[in-house]
Amino acid sequence: MAGDGTVQLIDEKGKRLDGRNFDELRPISIKIGVLENADGSAEIRMGNNIIIAAVYGPRELHPKHRALPDRALIQCFYRMSTFSVNDRKSPAPSRREKEISMIISNALTSVVFTEKYPRTTIDVYLQVLQADGGTRCASLTAASVALADAGIPMRGLIASVAGGLINDKVVLDLYDIEDQKGSGDVPLGYCPVLDEISLVQLDGVFTLEQFEECLKLSIKGATEIYDIQKKALQDKYAAIRADVSVDAKETKKEVKPKEEPKAEIKEESQAVKEEPKEAIKVAPKPEIKAKPKEEPKTEVKEEPQAVKEEPKEAVKVAPKPEIKAKPKEEPKAEVKEEPQPEIKDEKEAK
Amino acid sequence: MSKIALENHAIVIPGDILAEGNVRYGEGIIKRGDYYYSTVVGLFQDKGDFIQVKSLKGKYVPRSGDLVIGKIIEVGLTNWIIDIGSPYFAVLLANNATEKKFDPVKDDARRIFNVGDIILTKIVSFDRTRDPQVITNERGLGKLRGGRIIEIEAAHIPRVIGKKGTMINMVKRLTRTQIITGQNGRIWIQGKKKEDELKAIESIKKIELEAHTQGLTDRIRDMLSENNNNEIR
Repeated sequence: MAGDGTVQLIDEKGKRLDGRNFDELRPISIKIGVLENADGSAEIRMGNNIIIAAVYGPRELHPKHRALPDRALIQCFYRMSTFSVNDRKSPAPSRREKEISMIISNALTSVVFTEKYPRTTIDVYLQVLQADGGTRCASLTAASVALADAGIPMRGLIASVAGGLINDKVVLDLYDIEDQKGSGDVPLGYCPVLDEISLVQLDGVFTLEQFEECLKLSIKGATEIYDIQKKALQDKYAAIRADVSVDAKETKKEVKPKEEPKAEIKEESQAVKEEPKEAIKVAPKPEIKAKPKEEPKTEVKEEPQAVKEEPKEAVKVAPKPEIKAKPKEEPKAEVKEEPQPEIKDEKEAK
Repeated sequence: MSKIALENHAIVIPGDILAEGNVRYGEGIIKRGDYYYSTVVGLFQDKGDFIQVKSLKGKYVPRSGDLVIGKIIEVGLTNWIIDIGSPYFAVLLANNATEKKFDPVKDDARRIFNVGDIILTKIVSFDRTRDPQVITNERGLGKLRGGRIIEIEAAHIPRVIGKKGTMINMVKRLTRTQIITGQNGRIWIQGKKKEDELKAIESIKKIELEAHTQGLTDRIRDMLSENNNNEIR
């Protein structure tokens, strides 16, 4: 279990200890291609978390008997550096690290076209350089960006963020103290393009209403993170384009057509921002841009209703078809005793 | 009716919606419901009635008929295992290696190709269920001697070659080098002088970096002819 909920984590002004509102994310920045030798890489900074994700592959798998005949295997290696937490973390892989490696590889498998590379492996290395709560979510966010950077075909990116419960209030994106002293957290991995949840875990005791609110808040947060992921990926190539049009000695005729696409990309990304909201309402049926900037306002209001339906089913019926990637995790939401060993590890790690 | 959502040459990422309705579509795209989604980070190409996304990165996937540059990593009694920079190793059988018939009793496979040799080969078959097969018994194929090898993204090889080879022929002419491009992203360069080779490498690296921009051929020509002028001075 997380903390007993007796520690005051919200001040008189209704702000959290680090000054954030309940529905506020920590500042996030994502950098692409930080490693020269990896096929794809990304660095994420989420508050005080610093995590580097490196993707190698698809490549030959050793030992060969572990290869799958019809699709690629995604292997994740989540590791916390010894210096990433206050008390030195033992360098040996802990149970917690193995668990996180597994849930991340399962979540990624749900969005990657693994069938395109049978008999191979895609290796994802996640090195936590600095930990401040919510590293599994930040790692998943970085891993999906690194996979896209490696040129691996995917259905969409996964954005991930945790919701939680502190002093009986539902809040977004827990950091270290809230994670340890709060009364529960729900890490969520969400793919805005597919409107699919690829990772949910639950630790602590939530009422049904609190869980629904938490899920709704996390989906909203994940959608915000998705925009940052998208921008990071596009910026890498847009920057080279900009450089070229500035420093090359070219005639004005040539420069003009180059600037146009840039302006258009901005418009597109705005238009696309609207899609996920609609996507939440009606499954994967986002409308094509052109106009939609006005429409969403009315549609967003319906959002809560649609989302409420989802978690209800998720709680009542265990193996929910919509949560494709990870039916295995769900039992955790119901069996409250199970999480205990994992949490102990978490505390040790911190 | 179909509607294209993006401008030509836009940079897309996995999950971006490209079009709606009925369009012919190529690589890098999946259709779900009425919508077409990108699956990779790449350049969106709208050719009127046909759309596709050209990936900007990614491992080389073998295709039969491709010329590739490989490195021998293992020698068997009658076969070689070759690293061609793809997720799968290629296999070269002794009968496909030379024009003469190979007799395992008399002939030694190591005398033909040894570990570490760089060879130019052609892929003859690949279907994902079996490792790709390559041959070296056609004209122009076989061991590459001398020169240098550089590796770039396989996705950018078409850009390095250019339309009907315009780009690569220009680089060859202006740097006075011989260049062989493998579809797997490996390029073999040999010139009479070291400077020529380095200049060719520099221009190919520039092509790779700026592959998704327009007016590249002109910039490369400017760059190379500028270098030439400096030398004369």
